[in-house]
Amino acid sequence: MPESTSEQLTIAMIEQRLLDFLVERTKIEWEVGQDLFESGVLSSLFAMELVVFVEKAFDVSIEREDLALANFRTVRAMTDLVLRLGKAADA
Amino acid sequence: MANEPTLVKCLIWDLDNTLWQGTLAERDKVALSDAVRKVILGLDERGILQSVSSRNDFDNAWSRLEELGVAEYFVVPRIGWTPKSAMVKEIADELSFALGTIAFIDDMPAERADVSYHHPEVRCYEAERAADLLELPEFTPTVMTVDGRRRRQMYQAAAHRQTARSEFAGPDEDFLRTLGMILRIVRATEEEITRVEELTLRTSQMNATGVHYSDETLRSLLADGAHEVLVVTLDDKFGAYGAVGVLLIEKFEHAWNVKLLATSCRVVFSGAGTILLRWLTDSAANAGVHLVADFRRTDRNRMAEVAYGFAGFRSEDCDCATEIPPTSEPETARLHLAPTRQGPPVTMTVHAPDLRSPEAADLVWGPPASEA
Repeated sequence: MPESTSEQLTIAMIEQRLLDFLVERTKIEWEVGQDLFESGVLSSLFAMELVVFVEKAFDVSIEREDLALANFRTVRAMTDLVLRLGKAADA
Repeated sequence: MANEPTLVKCLIWDLDNTLWQGTLAERDKVALSDAVRKVILGLDERGILQSVSSRNDFDNAWSRLEELGVAEYFVVPRIGWTPKSAMVKEIADELSFALGTIAFIDDMPAERADVSYHHPEVRCYEAERAADLLELPEFTPTVMTVDGRRRRQMYQAAAHRQTARSEFAGPDEDFLRTLGMILRIVRATEEEITRVEELTLRTSQMNATGVHYSDETLRSLLADGAHEVLVVTLDDKFGAYGAVGVLLIEKFEHAWNVKLLATSCRVVFSGAGTILLRWLTDSAANAGVHLVADFRRTDRNRMAEVAYGFAGFRSEDCDCATEIPPTSEPETARLHLAPTRQGPPVTMTVHAPDLRSPEAADLVWGPPASEA
């Protein structure tokens, strides 16, 4: 396990913030492993909101190579992305 | 009659001491007279659009209009601190109305002078004449034109849609299904090119290329067999949205080069942009070609970048791109996709040409009939 400080976000905290945002925005309860885009109808507006939310809420910057559906498909995938980008910024 | 005046298509109202009595910023309890209310409703019935140009805080002024029960009658309001001459021009531009069809009413002589000086075609009226407007020939159409009526319907439909949306408690997706949206993609004709140019000028958010293609350029490509100029319209149960998107594609043997893809910000909520990209992806997969999209980042088109990214487009090299000549536009990246077939959308039905051949029959792509 890498060293963690009290300020560092835990996986559970990230997941909870994402789930809270999703339920507020979509009016549906989601599971961390559930595919958000499965039905294929979530709009580009929603995709945009998701990207902007992740950037603001976790103070990370998402560049073109990470603007991929795979990184946003589930709460778990977004959590991984946040941890990876947060680590890159700390390094 | 030779002297018949040009009809006014849009009347722009000043608020303080014109539309209402009192000055909002001075905390007056501003009131709307019955006479002015009658004029607002009367003009609306006649299909004359109305807008607002006011020096005020937007939220404050707009919520007062809502309280007075007349906010819904005003389209593209301009409430802020820019000169009224600039506001009037913006409103005319946004509505695509010539300044000669715009009227402006304001109690301040200086404001009328500013508008008259910059735009002598705009007809200006003193606030005292508000109650008489319905009597004037320029506000009295003898025949309602199809165009005018349709334009009003478009704005009214947008208002109704917005209300329905805010009252809908369920998920957005369920709301979208209730609209019965039909996305029509057609090969552009001479007639549609003007609408297309408007779109490429105005729709900056989803203009993925950030490159403006002129009327002339697009027109010259209509007859070019290698190019597809496509216009996208959207309709739903509330009415028409009009032209909402434009695509310019150059077809090569192994790839289609997407040179222009712009969708109107009016339809961003509908997911039409995503579905347009999915339709294009499916069509390319069906035709056995790759997609190469020109993309130049601007400070306003990140949504397009996200849409491309989520649709699977990447900055990557592929042999398919070797046949595409380099773009003349600076700082334009090329995003690549090896497309796969896509399932039909569940929230709207797409009517589109078969891009493989100009002779092929059109395609209908959407939810199964039982769900539609």
